[in-house]
Amino acid sequence: MRIGVFVCQCGTNIAGTVDTEAVAGEALTFADVAYATSYMYTCSEPGQQEIQRAVREHNLQGVVVAACSPRMHEPTFRRAVEKAGLNRYMFEMANIREHVSWIGNDRAANTRKAVDLVRMAVAKLRFNQPLIPLNMPVNKRVLVIGAGVAGIQAALDSAEGGLDVVIVERRPSIGGKMAKLDKTFPTIDCSSCILGPKMVDISQKENITLYAASEIESINGYIGNFTVQIRKKATYVDWEACTGCGLCMEKCPSAKAPDAFNEGLGTTKAINIPFPQAIPRRASIDPLHCRHFTRGKCGVCSKICPVKAINFDMQDAIVTEEVGAIIVATGYDLFDHSAYGEYGAGRYPDVISGLQYERILSASGPFGGHIRRPSDGTEPKDIVFIACVGSRDTSVGRPYCSGVCCMYIAKQAILTRDHMPESNSYVFYMDIRAPGKNYDEFVRRAQEEYGVQYIRGRVGKVYPRGNRMVVQGADTLLGVQVEVEADLVVLATGIEASAGASELAEKLRISYDQYGFYMEGHPKLRPVETNTAGVYLAGACQGPKDIPSSVAQGSAAASKVQALFARDTIETNPQVALVNERACIACAKCIQVCPFGAIKLKELRGDILKAEVLPTVCQGCGLCNATCPPKAIQLQHSTDNQILAAVNEICA
Amino acid sequence: MTDSNPDSGTAPDEAAEQGMKIAGFLCNWCSYGGADTAGVCRFRQPTDLRIVRIPCTGRMDPLFVAKSLIYGLDGVLVSGCHPKDCHYAVGNLHARRRLEVLKSFLSFMGIDARRFHYTWVSASEGQRWQQVVTEFSEQIHRLGPNPGVRKQPGESSNHRTGKSS
Repeated sequence: MRIGVFVCQCGTNIAGTVDTEAVAGEALTFADVAYATSYMYTCSEPGQQEIQRAVREHNLQGVVVAACSPRMHEPTFRRAVEKAGLNRYMFEMANIREHVSWIGNDRAANTRKAVDLVRMAVAKLRFNQPLIPLNMPVNKRVLVIGAGVAGIQAALDSAEGGLDVVIVERRPSIGGKMAKLDKTFPTIDCSSCILGPKMVDISQKENITLYAASEIESINGYIGNFTVQIRKKATYVDWEACTGCGLCMEKCPSAKAPDAFNEGLGTTKAINIPFPQAIPRRASIDPLHCRHFTRGKCGVCSKICPVKAINFDMQDAIVTEEVGAIIVATGYDLFDHSAYGEYGAGRYPDVISGLQYERILSASGPFGGHIRRPSDGTEPKDIVFIACVGSRDTSVGRPYCSGVCCMYIAKQAILTRDHMPESNSYVFYMDIRAPGKNYDEFVRRAQEEYGVQYIRGRVGKVYPRGNRMVVQGADTLLGVQVEVEADLVVLATGIEASAGASELAEKLRISYDQYGFYMEGHPKLRPVETNTAGVYLAGACQGPKDIPSSVAQGSAAASKVQALFARDTIETNPQVALVNERACIACAKCIQVCPFGAIKLKELRGDILKAEVLPTVCQGCGLCNATCPPKAIQLQHSTDNQILAAVNEICA
Repeated sequence: MTDSNPDSGTAPDEAAEQGMKIAGFLCNWCSYGGADTAGVCRFRQPTDLRIVRIPCTGRMDPLFVAKSLIYGLDGVLVSGCHPKDCHYAVGNLHARRRLEVLKSFLSFMGIDARRFHYTWVSASEGQRWQQVVTEFSEQIHRLGPNPGVRKQPGESSNHRTGKSS
């Protein structure tokens, strides 16, 4: 085989700590290497042309590029060698940037390591075989998981483009956190007025199937052909029949169910429609508080329902949907602020979370839009906001910035002043983070026009005095301790990964970080893709985000799906397992371990059994290869010979 | 298996100062990404490790570890996705069972089991990767060069005679 080696300097990224000329020179001494050179930017257009020129001029049959991580540019270079007329799998990469030049300054050691990595790549390449992908039909339906603003945007954009959309929401109504907000920063738009029409669109578009009060049970398959099982949770109300008239809610005698939509600030009926703008506008029963379930008698709702929709015997139901792509938009949850014992949240009713205050401000909230204290219903006069509760604090395991709290405090302080011009608002903050369009101007307005007192410093303690709360903290700008008496304390609770995010990630086979946020394909260049083909991300499930960014990601994910579905077929990954029938002893161990059911036994000439891989189902993990006793089944492009050839070169 | 080019071998006395020879088998989805993340973040690491990319730790044939150590590598590190976070659902669970068995078997084969380590590092854990590499490399340096069970056929450059503890 005639092999060409291209050692990339990556400007000074590699050449700074690796002698690329020496690596190329050394490579020329390796067996089968017919050409080796070092190049400034191999991934650039002229760099790729240089590869193609060398392939043609030197009759190369395989190419090794020593450059950055293959996770970065392997596809780029595969395309380049393909343009030169080689099979794209007659190519190997040696990672001499992320794994060499960026992790050490010792030029001699780095150069030795780079030479070794190139030698390993060359050794593996000698065993490479041309591989040809198959074409597989694409099911042009998309599943959206989560119907907050990001999921809604993704679903509407996909539906607009003519796709069939299945959207699944675990709560009884779509809308997510945005539906709970009173106003949005920095424009003070009414949140439900701008979200409401989009929610209605979801229910009215013919090509959108909505499953509310439903969760993902299991996901099987792969890009283009996923099979999804959805668990429709028992709501004890037949939603086909229910008209959302609300009569049951009016007459239900059990009024002690906690109101999840109002963040536990009030109570609601055991049978309820979560909020006035709910989509779907359907009632559901909370079995923990319904008298029929707790005491075995009542049934008022079932008697009064004009359409006889109540069904106390309802069970969870599983439905199966086939889709070709999945957009995950499961959003976030609020940090549980009771972790801060010194703030007394959870113990003092007048120390509340930011989202609870949002509900108090809202006209559809527990006090009809009048600002009241949860404890005694009086109007507060002095309100203290404490920033960074569950953000930028390693002591509670939340070192990241939640990004939205500085802004929502400023908004809430402005709204407070609008509601009650005589009130005083104080904000304890660490830094003000307002890097969006018109964001900093907005915070400045809160300070200058609305007279909100910003105090830079942490709060040490919150405790009751009489029926008011005392907030003790430091003013680090003046270098003094301060004490503010307040009627209401609002904690700017941070954002954390949604409950159950990791379980869903395991079903989707996508990765998540240590905080439970889903990992994007590349932090800069693949912000809405995951490393699992056909699964895309939108909104705060990927990391804390405000509404405009969530909407942007929703649209971005939808356009990625449109691009995927623009073709009728997709190419499969040909790096799949292949059985050498002569060696196969039909022990069926590979069949037992295959996580995808991609291997079957077939009969050959009568009664001889042999294993057979279904190349469109195989995902290329290689578990069968490691299991096979006679090594008859080999994962193409990562065969035993290829891996051992690379290892041998380290031993050399 | 491959013909090593005699010109590319290094002189024996250089070998000692050239550090240890450690192979790292990293799954493509988590640990290889974690090593990339560590590089992108410029986390300094010892340079002894040579990384081989495999699709999944489930692809890890215990044979790869045994062969590497028999042919004189000083250490072998395997790293994959955290259990339950496998890109292929269960590959790392199979790997965990196999590698655990292998580990208990190495000393029986005449290999110091401390020369082999397997762990889990996700693609976001650059810092953890730095720590894993640093600790394992330090351990191998403490153990010194692998005396080997048998020389690689036709291989003569591996003249290091340090004693394993």
